[in-house]
Amino acid sequence: MTHPDPTPALQMTAVRKVYPMGDSEVVALDHATLTVGADEIVALVGPSGSGKTTLCTIAGGILSPTAGQVVVGGRDITGYSSKQLTEFRRTTVGFVFQSVNLIPFLTARENLLVVDEMGRRTGAAARRRADQLLGELDLSDRAGNLPSQLSGGQRQRVAIGRALMNEPTLVLFDEPTSALDTALGDQVMALIRHEMKSRGTAAIVVTHDERILHYADRVVHITDGRLDA
Amino acid sequence: MRLALRELFRRPGRFLTAGAILTLLATLVMLFGGILDGLLDNSTAGVRAQRGDALVFSAQAKESFLRSRIDRSLRARIEAVPGVARTGGIGIVQLGARLPDAGPRDLVDTVLFGYEVAPQGLPDTPPADGEVIADDTLRDQGVERGMVLRLGPARSPVTVIGFVEQTNYLGQGALWGSPTTWRTVLTANRPDEILPADTFQSLVVVGEPSGPGGLAAAIDAATAGATRTLTVEAAADALPGVKEQRATFGQIINTIVFVALVVVGLFFALLTVERMGLYGVLKAIGASSRTLFAGLVVQAAVVTISACVIAGALAVLVDVTVPAGSLPFAISAGRFATSTVTLLVAAIAGCAFSLRRVLRVDPASAIGGSL
Repeated sequence: MTHPDPTPALQMTAVRKVYPMGDSEVVALDHATLTVGADEIVALVGPSGSGKTTLCTIAGGILSPTAGQVVVGGRDITGYSSKQLTEFRRTTVGFVFQSVNLIPFLTARENLLVVDEMGRRTGAAARRRADQLLGELDLSDRAGNLPSQLSGGQRQRVAIGRALMNEPTLVLFDEPTSALDTALGDQVMALIRHEMKSRGTAAIVVTHDERILHYADRVVHITDGRLDA
Repeated sequence: MRLALRELFRRPGRFLTAGAILTLLATLVMLFGGILDGLLDNSTAGVRAQRGDALVFSAQAKESFLRSRIDRSLRARIEAVPGVARTGGIGIVQLGARLPDAGPRDLVDTVLFGYEVAPQGLPDTPPADGEVIADDTLRDQGVERGMVLRLGPARSPVTVIGFVEQTNYLGQGALWGSPTTWRTVLTANRPDEILPADTFQSLVVVGEPSGPGGLAAAIDAATAGATRTLTVEAAADALPGVKEQRATFGQIINTIVFVALVVVGLFFALLTVERMGLYGVLKAIGASSRTLFAGLVVQAAVVTISACVIAGALAVLVDVTVPAGSLPFAISAGRFATSTVTLLVAAIAGCAFSLRRVLRVDPASAIGGSL
C-alpha cells in the first residue's frame, strides 16, 4: 500500500468555462470548485449536457478554463500553453475512454508502451512497467494479442493499464462500465478501486450507472455546469 | 514514429493503392529520365569526354564546331593568357561510313574527331595516322576491331584499332584519330571546308581560373572578342537540340512529379480524416501535433522510397532487356537518386495538405460528449 501524498490530486477553484456561440455565450461550467484528495475516488454524476465533459477536459489539461484556477498534483495548469498542456497530459494524467479506444494494430503490451513513445522514451524501464501492469491486470498471457483478439473486459483492463503507464496523479474514467454487463462492470470497478488505492492515485469516474457509485469515496453531482457535492 | 511504422508494416493493405500508383509514377519518372539521359549521352558524350576546363570557339561560330575556326595566331594569343597551361586542337567531320561487304548505300552515321589532348578513355597519344578508336556503340552496327571503314563520298579508309565508351556526338558513332587523319579525311570529303594547316575548329584548354569570370572570361578578353569560350558542360548544352530535349523531358517529368504530389496529398488527407478519432486519443494521452505529423511524413516517405526501389529495379530491367541501339536509354545511380529525392520531396509536400487537419484535431474528441 502506498501512503497517499497530502497534496490534493486536483484543486479546481471557481472554474468557469464559457463557449461563444454566435452572438451569445454558453456557460458550460459555472464557478465550479472541487478538490480531489491524493488517493480519492470521486464519482461524477449528471445528465447529458450538464458539464461533465467540460469539467474532465479541464481537469485533464485538454481545455483551459475561461476563469478560475486548476491545480493538479500541485501544478497550477491554469495558464499553460498548448505545448505545456500536451506535456502535462503525457506525464501527469491518465485517461480511460468510454469506447476504450485502444490502437487496433498494436498488441496489448504495445498499447501500454505507446504512452512512453509519445515523449522522451525510457525504453527498458517502460517495458518493465508495462509487463508489471499487465501482470497486475491479469493480462500477461494476452500481452501479445491485438485488441480484436481480446474480450470487452480485457480491452477495458488494457485501457486501465495504459492510463496508469505514466504513473499519473489523476486518472479520468469516462463511463468505464457502460459497455459491460453488470457482473463485468462490478469486476472492472473493483479493479479500478484496487489499482487506484494500491497506488495512492486519485480518480474521477464519470458514470450514469447508479449501481457502481458505492465503489467511489464520494459522489459529486453536476447540473447545468454547477457542482453539488 | 514507431507507431507510424508499425501501422505501415502491420496494415500494408491500407497503403497498397497509394503504393501502386506511386510505383507507376516513379517508374515513369525513371523511364523518362533514363531516355533523357540516353539521348543526352548519345548527343553530348563526345564533348563531355573532353579533359579540359574550357572549349574555345571563334566568336561568330555560335558554339558550332563546323562553323568555328581557330588559327595559329589566335591560338598563340589564347596560350598567352595567364592561367592557360595547355591547349589542344579539335576538329570534326560528320560522314557516312561504309563497312566491308556492306551495300553502297548501307551507311553508318559516324563523326571523326581529330584530337591533340586526349578525352577520357582515349590514349594520350592519338592513334597513328589512318587509324581510329571507335565508340563502343558502333559495335552494334557491325564495326569490329581491325575493320577498315571507308568514310564519306571519297571513301577515305580508316582502320579501327580499338573501342572507347561514352563518346558519341549528336547521335553519331564517334571515331577518334589524330589531327592528320581528321585533316586528310576532311580535305578528301569536304572540299568546301578545307582548313589551312594548324587551323582547328576548336581548342580544349587546360588551365586555372584567374580573374573575375574565370578562365573563359580571361580568354575572351585577351582575344578582344574574337573567341567565345565555354566550360565543357556549357559547350555540351549548346549542342543543337540538347536544351530542347532537356526542356521537353523535364516538363514531362515535372508533370508526373506533380501528379505524385497530388496523389500523396489526397491519399494522406483521406487517411488523416479516417484517423481523426485515433489522433484525438493520441493527443489526449500526450502526443503532440508534431509527433503525429512526423508519423504521417514517415509513412509517406517509406511508401515513396519503396515505390522508387521497385521502379529502379524495373528501370534496370528495361536497360538490360532492351536490345542495344534500339532505344537511347541510360539508367544511372545519379538518375535513381535524383528521381527518388524529387519524389520524396513531392511526397512530403503532399503531406503538408494534411498538416492543418492534424493541427486541428481536438483531443477532447476522444472523450466525446458522454461525460
